[in-house]
Amino acid sequence: MKKLFVVLLSVLCVLTLAGCGKSGNGGADSDGTVTVKLGGSGPLSGDAKVYGEAVRNAAQIAVDEINASDSKIKFDFRMEDDEASGEKADTAYSTLYDWGMQVSLFTVTSGAGAAVAASYDKDKIFAITPSGSSTALVYTDSQNFKGNFQMCFTDPNQGVAAADYLASYFGGYKVAIIYKSDDVYSAGVYEKFAAEAEAKGVSVVYVGAFTDDTGTDFSTQLTAAKDNNANLVFLPIYYQPASLILKQAFDMAYTPIFFGVDGMDGILTLEGFDTSLAEGLYLLTPFASDADDALTKTFVSTYESKFGDTPNQFAADAYDCVYAIKQALENMGYDGTMSTEELYDAMIAQFTSMTFNGLTGNDMTWAENGEVSKAPKAVIIIDGVYVSAE
Amino acid sequence: MKKILDNLLHQKNRSRTISYAMIIGTYLIIEILMHSIRMSRLFTSMLVPCCCYIVLALSLNLVVGFSGELSLGHAGFMAVGAFTAIIVSGLCVQMIPDPIIRLFISIIAGSIVSGIAGLLVSVPVLKLSGDYLAIVTLAFGQIIKSLITNIYLGFDRNGMQFSFVNNELNLEQGRMLLSGPMGATDTAKISNFSSGVLLILATLFIIYSLIDSKYGRAIMAARDDRIAAESIGIDILRSKTLAFVTSAILAGAAGALYALNYSTLQPAKFDFNTSILALVYVVFGGLGNINGTIIAATALYVLPELLRSLQDYRMLIYAIVLIIVMQLGSSARLKRSLEQIRNRFARKGDVR
Repeated sequence: MKKLFVVLLSVLCVLTLAGCGKSGNGGADSDGTVTVKLGGSGPLSGDAKVYGEAVRNAAQIAVDEINASDSKIKFDFRMEDDEASGEKADTAYSTLYDWGMQVSLFTVTSGAGAAVAASYDKDKIFAITPSGSSTALVYTDSQNFKGNFQMCFTDPNQGVAAADYLASYFGGYKVAIIYKSDDVYSAGVYEKFAAEAEAKGVSVVYVGAFTDDTGTDFSTQLTAAKDNNANLVFLPIYYQPASLILKQAFDMAYTPIFFGVDGMDGILTLEGFDTSLAEGLYLLTPFASDADDALTKTFVSTYESKFGDTPNQFAADAYDCVYAIKQALENMGYDGTMSTEELYDAMIAQFTSMTFNGLTGNDMTWAENGEVSKAPKAVIIIDGVYVSAE
Repeated sequence: MKKILDNLLHQKNRSRTISYAMIIGTYLIIEILMHSIRMSRLFTSMLVPCCCYIVLALSLNLVVGFSGELSLGHAGFMAVGAFTAIIVSGLCVQMIPDPIIRLFISIIAGSIVSGIAGLLVSVPVLKLSGDYLAIVTLAFGQIIKSLITNIYLGFDRNGMQFSFVNNELNLEQGRMLLSGPMGATDTAKISNFSSGVLLILATLFIIYSLIDSKYGRAIMAARDDRIAAESIGIDILRSKTLAFVTSAILAGAAGALYALNYSTLQPAKFDFNTSILALVYVVFGGLGNINGTIIAATALYVLPELLRSLQDYRMLIYAIVLIIVMQLGSSARLKRSLEQIRNRFARKGDVR
């Protein structure tokens, strides 16, 4: 027992020593470039690791491009694993803080981000999340986290946009909804969708919920949707359960139009999924990897050659985040002499006033509360690729 | 003075003395370090959750180790304590501005409600034994998680509002306390390391007092041989209920401390995995071994954070370490060879 006690103490000591000393801000190098410490956390292990990896890979591409260019601003990028849990996001944030992070990509997932939103605010570190879509990341009922921004749509905005889209393009359709009631993202989109659908006169004939524990068999919900003659099924959920829904609907010869939001993105790259089942699937997403513009083409080909699969919307948002941060730093003429706090104020001033063009949209602007304003796009899957739906 | 020291180091009390000395000693060292040098943020951020997991593991050890029943739903009690504490703390902000008193009241409230839940569950559960009990506690954990996932609770000037499944709250400048799957958002962080250590000490005091008492011996007698214990007039059901409810109370306290350490908390945190994690700490530390449980909980909580530098291989290494240590710990051959080595050294010492 005494030996174990000694071991425990030495572990504590190692921990203490390992984490000591927060390095200061870089300052300009001799060749006139300044290096900014860019942090971020996301799930790199566990269920949601596809998202974390997409963000990390894409941000790394952006950082490598910038560091290889003649830009005065360079990045030192570090991404920590948070397993999409609030508790781990807290320790990941602490690790990054100890490292001396100056600007952050926040977290990849909403639940993790909500847990550290107040920490970013308190320590005055500017953060923009590529994909954490809950409003809890940027503001709460009682306060606005001034330096927390989003690159993706918030859940309520997605729900509203989806309902508006259905009202204008699928008027007269009978809509069934299947959502995941114990998931912040899914429940958030569903709530706003339901309210907006009612206001816009979209006829919702059936609402079915499932949870983490019941997310493998959807025959009950699908049968009920079919019995209610729904000819459009709205799926505000992530793509893994959605793939099962598509498969099970196909098996029971139920063929409505399926309509998803941005969590559906990635379904075509799911291992072992028969992509023919996703034919005719609609989804709202700010990014389509088959777009014709030069920016998208270069990004997609770099991503494919480096990581072997097609980038999804999470990746595109992360890529945009890095470039938006770079643009803000350049606009303010960052020279490395600012403290993290001054940088924080300057970044807020830039983000609330600048316009940014990126992969996920043109003329993006940000509101004071940190929400982004950009146009949602609907795509439809035809022959295994995204095609613009309009 | 010597008498007291002898008493503390006596075989009977040694485990207890080591427990207290270990906790207080570690606490003092950490406090001194925190005041003398700048500690890393990572280190300070792990202190409170580590205390919570120690208390959770200790409480589970009372059921699994001392009472000999397998509970797979301890995260459920933790959740009850956690969300009760969030509600109490949220409601008392104006009335009790002092965070320490509010934390204390919240923890007490969390443990009481969790204890009541424990009592309610124990009525049907403890009539069962073995695998059946494990299944029912497992179900309890899932039910609690599902219930909390569907609760919407808020308050404004007109008082509290509550709705179930769908959010039908209409608050005028109020605040949401629980919002369904999003759980609690915007909780004031009032837990601190000192209160965590105090909670561990209180837990140790309760557990040691219980197991060294008449009731504790009855609990262990019921575990070791149910029929023999019954034949000498021990009320098996009452013994087991006592252990189970005490354990629920302590798990609730752990949950309360945990909840008030984060600004947001989602019910999904208290899923099956968290129950299993607590069970891993207990099995790892040794059934009925209190000091082992404390060390196992600390080591296993800290390990994944220490492995951060391994990046992608982090969880892989963590799993491998778990398997290796479990294998080594339970291997009879290893124990025998360790014993031999020890004997050899002892003999050499004698010759000299």
